Amino acid sequence: MNMVQALNSAMDIMLGRDPRVVIMGEDIGFFGGVFRCTDGLQRKYGEQRVLDTPIAEGGIVAAAIGMGVNGLKPVAEIQFADYIYPAFDQVVSELARLRYRTAGEYSAAVTIRTPCGGGIRGGQTHSQSPEGIFTHVCGIKVVMPSNPYDAKGLLISSIEDEDPVVFFEPKRIYNGPFDGDPNKPAVPWSSHPKGEVPGGYYTEPIGKAVITRPGKDVTVLAYGTMVHVAEAAVRLAAVDAEIVDVRTLAPLDVDTLCTSVCKTGRCVVVHEATRFSGYGAELVATVQEECFWQLEAPIQRVTGWDTPYPHAFEWEYFPGPQRIAAALQAAMQPA
Amino acid sequence: MTQRSRLHVPHPPARPGDKPDFSYVQISPAGAVPRPEVTAAPREMERLAVEMVRVLDEHHSAVGPWNPLLEPEDLQVGLRHMLLNRVFDERMQRMQRQGRISFYMKSTGEEAVSVAQAMALQPGDMFFPSYRNQGLQIVRGRNLVDLMCQCLSNTHDMCKGRQMPIMYHWGRGNIFSISGNLATQFPQAVGWAMAAALKGEDRIAASWIGEGASAEADFHHAMTFAEVYKAPVILNIVNNQWAISTFQGFAGGEQRTFAARGLGYGMPGIRVDGNDFLAIYAVTQWAAERARKSGGPTLIELVTYRAGAHSTSDDPSRYRPRDEWKAWPLGDPIERLRAHLIALGEWSEERHAALEKELEAHVSACWKEAMSYGTLTEGPKLDPRTMFDDVYAKTPQHLLRQRAQLESIGAARPGDGSEDAEDLQREARFAAKEG
Repeated sequence: MNMVQALNSAMDIMLGRDPRVVIMGEDIGFFGGVFRCTDGLQRKYGEQRVLDTPIAEGGIVAAAIGMGVNGLKPVAEIQFADYIYPAFDQVVSELARLRYRTAGEYSAAVTIRTPCGGGIRGGQTHSQSPEGIFTHVCGIKVVMPSNPYDAKGLLISSIEDEDPVVFFEPKRIYNGPFDGDPNKPAVPWSSHPKGEVPGGYYTEPIGKAVITRPGKDVTVLAYGTMVHVAEAAVRLAAVDAEIVDVRTLAPLDVDTLCTSVCKTGRCVVVHEATRFSGYGAELVATVQEECFWQLEAPIQRVTGWDTPYPHAFEWEYFPGPQRIAAALQAAMQPA
Repeated sequence: MTQRSRLHVPHPPARPGDKPDFSYVQISPAGAVPRPEVTAAPREMERLAVEMVRVLDEHHSAVGPWNPLLEPEDLQVGLRHMLLNRVFDERMQRMQRQGRISFYMKSTGEEAVSVAQAMALQPGDMFFPSYRNQGLQIVRGRNLVDLMCQCLSNTHDMCKGRQMPIMYHWGRGNIFSISGNLATQFPQAVGWAMAAALKGEDRIAASWIGEGASAEADFHHAMTFAEVYKAPVILNIVNNQWAISTFQGFAGGEQRTFAARGLGYGMPGIRVDGNDFLAIYAVTQWAAERARKSGGPTLIELVTYRAGAHSTSDDPSRYRPRDEWKAWPLGDPIERLRAHLIALGEWSEERHAALEKELEAHVSACWKEAMSYGTLTEGPKLDPRTMFDDVYAKTPQHLLRQRAQLESIGAARPGDGSEDAEDLQREARFAAKEG
């Protein structure tokens, strides 16, 4: 399966298993979603459970909260992560804090799926990676898978979770892994081991990072598309790097990350989102707290530049393998 | 018209020192507005959004097609709830002035809104209130001690010290949590109602916002979703003329009524005398029946007046005439229902005075009990460690670590006598409040 099919399968299975699950969003019903993630689901489960909505992200999330309070498990799609801001108040002030402010009496187990990231010629309104804005909000969980197998297992876990989850889908890797070189021919997921996705129910745990490439010299912390770009960078830099796919950004699996960094003594943090106050800053601070006495070199950060996502300079903006390789080499300098 | 554009900044008809002027409030005579069938099409009842549904006339009689024909016993219950609401508000306001609670918001002058509407709906119907709807709690039988304990952030606080006063919720009573961010509950109520319809339930939702908050995008979201899916929901705009210091013109009320907005979305909009207990009851009953018959949502504008300050934090004499409420043409909802009951021969001044005394004693007893569970500054205290609960369903590792950090600095045991610990508790409580 590619990632689109894996996500579709996760929702298909959950609609079948749990009558409380409702899928909702713009163009997701009759049409099957602009990225086809919900293709066929309305035909199979009906228009009451796979619900086309008005173009109103704030309304979608608010309605999902009300449905959640009334015992349903809504899975709301925000068509692009760039469009999520009209729903920000409903996510931050309402969804995230409902359990807390009512001392557990009310809650809404809403999953918000949203495609994120660049590399698709989407310009500044179809390319953003706003995960750091949401990891800063206590009360929600934030997930970003890097492959079809994880996408399906993590989405099922998110839908089953009692807490709200914002589930970011790196759209550049919907159809195949991407190593950061736009001039290379596209590679399908069928050629990748994580493209092998069981048809049935399974889960991947929220709160667990995975090591996608074991190594001993330096640790790369990455997630989403950047896991694959980091792999290319490691080949380019010819270092024995350990790549950790963070997968669930909040709650963070500090143990897996820091065990790796304490072992290698060196660390490079990579994300597509802008740098200043980005999620990488949290990773760097955590590593510094936990691994300071094992560190052999300053921690490096490779990120998008601190500008809006520029349409014409996409590949100068994107933190590609060359920039990551340079950071790996910098991290490998002797103390 | 002028030769160039000019910014129009709305002005209220009267500011401090001016003579109150409510000539802008269009009032229909009692009994004059027809009552359509609950299945009627919205375009057949457009006048309802412009005129004003009223039942109680100037002779204290109930007249016209909207008369809900309630039994005198029901009216007496309504009067009792409204009076309790007012006595409760007065007491809590005083307790704020004495420094016992940090903040309060009265609903004086608007008691009929919550009380009549809650009485017209079923116990299983779900309420998504705003912050001036304490009457909903009273009608549903909430123990006042619970509300007081919430305002005190004490050991019996339903919110465990996490919310400022009046942000109540009540799961068992089907009353949702109040948010400080305005109008957020409006589209949530629609979502709740959509789920009820999806599950094939008979329950409906009702939500309340002020006319000021109708300027929020959430209002538009609620109206669009409600009408698109014909959600079984009653959406109420309590037009009490004032949003803190800005008058209803700043929310767009200068040219058209708030009820008329319903028509633009394709749903009925009904403008009702918000100080007329019987008219509110009847209109709410109409909208509820329509919703239960798959007729979809109704927008109700309740025209009333905020007799008190917005909250204990503002002084209304700074922005409106001091005696404006006295000039309010729709009077006082409690006085009007009392006069009606007396005219019916079902009430008397003596019974009213006795009821007032009884309710004051009841509120005093409740307050005494609530205080025994502690206040923000005295008596038994909430354990600050609980601030880490309920952020998630299961407390994650990083919060357990932060809780341990709090414990390690000695703030874990409330009331252990050490000044440092008390300072830390205060800090921790402050942090919990800010969080």
